[in-house]
Amino acid sequence: MTVQLNGDTLTVASDATVTTLLEHLNVKQQRVVVELNRRIIAKSDYADTALTDGDALEIIQFVPGG
Amino acid sequence: MAWKPGLNLAALRARFKPEADITVYNGFPVSGDVDVEPGDRIYLIRRGEIPDADEMRRVMIARHSPDVYDAVHARTVGIAGAGGLGSAVAIALARLFVGRLIIADFDVVEPSNLNRQQYFVNQVGMPKVEALRSNLEKINPYIRIDTVEERVNGHNIARIFKDCDVLAECFDDPEAKSELVEVALSRLTAPIVAVSGIAGYSDIGKVVCRQPMNRLYVIGDGESAACAGHGLMAPKVGVAAHLQANKILELLLERAR
Repeated sequence: MTVQLNGDTLTVASDATVTTLLEHLNVKQQRVVVELNRRIIAKSDYADTALTDGDALEIIQFVPGG
Repeated sequence: MAWKPGLNLAALRARFKPEADITVYNGFPVSGDVDVEPGDRIYLIRRGEIPDADEMRRVMIARHSPDVYDAVHARTVGIAGAGGLGSAVAIALARLFVGRLIIADFDVVEPSNLNRQQYFVNQVGMPKVEALRSNLEKINPYIRIDTVEERVNGHNIARIFKDCDVLAECFDDPEAKSELVEVALSRLTAPIVAVSGIAGYSDIGKVVCRQPMNRLYVIGDGESAACAGHGLMAPKVGVAAHLQANKILELLLERAR
């Protein structure tokens, strides 16, 4: 199935969750903010949030510095 | 004093404040004598004299326009973190006359902070929120500054920043940035202006403001991480902080329209 990630189309496994997507993208859960279909997903819900075909995701990653 | 044709600044100075050394005319200092028109804004200043609240307000209105002053003076901005970003954002907002700042930080000023943070060498060892309050009061004593000396986390974000019209994310640690933005987007209604990617000195033109989510603005290049050999320095951190302050001003102006 495909999802929209930050405006680009991405093919993911049919059983993908937010957690498996972040692993696939090689980004750390603790450094991101995830919005799924315009709703913020809490980190505690990443593993249980299954993705479905056509989902729209925005993922912001924070790097050190301030 | 009633206006009549030919009334000029010299006459006003002689009448109201002969000891004034500086004349600010419609927001700009002038030296020569100028005929004034009805509706002009004139401010007579004696060097070294601290303006009172009303004088300060008037001079800021003359500088920034009544629209800007009206949009910011009754508003509250939260600043999460008083380091390189937060200290500079706070100073810019105090100069804009944002009416109330809520500044939260748990740290003390360290010598290494002086490379980019808006503190003085004699403030080393002071809690940052206390040092910043003192510095802000020297710039604009007529705004309200609420300080919170706590480590901001998922549990206290909503309590500390509940009154904010806009929230600035000014942390250094990426996990703290992520937690603040996630919780604030979920539990508060204010827009958030955050930062990611401001280390080093190269490619400063890539430090831009994006809006990836409805209430989230992110400033930086998204990738320049602070690490050994790629440190944080005053110029780029200052650019990012002032882009943050400018976005906050834009949001307050949009809200006022």
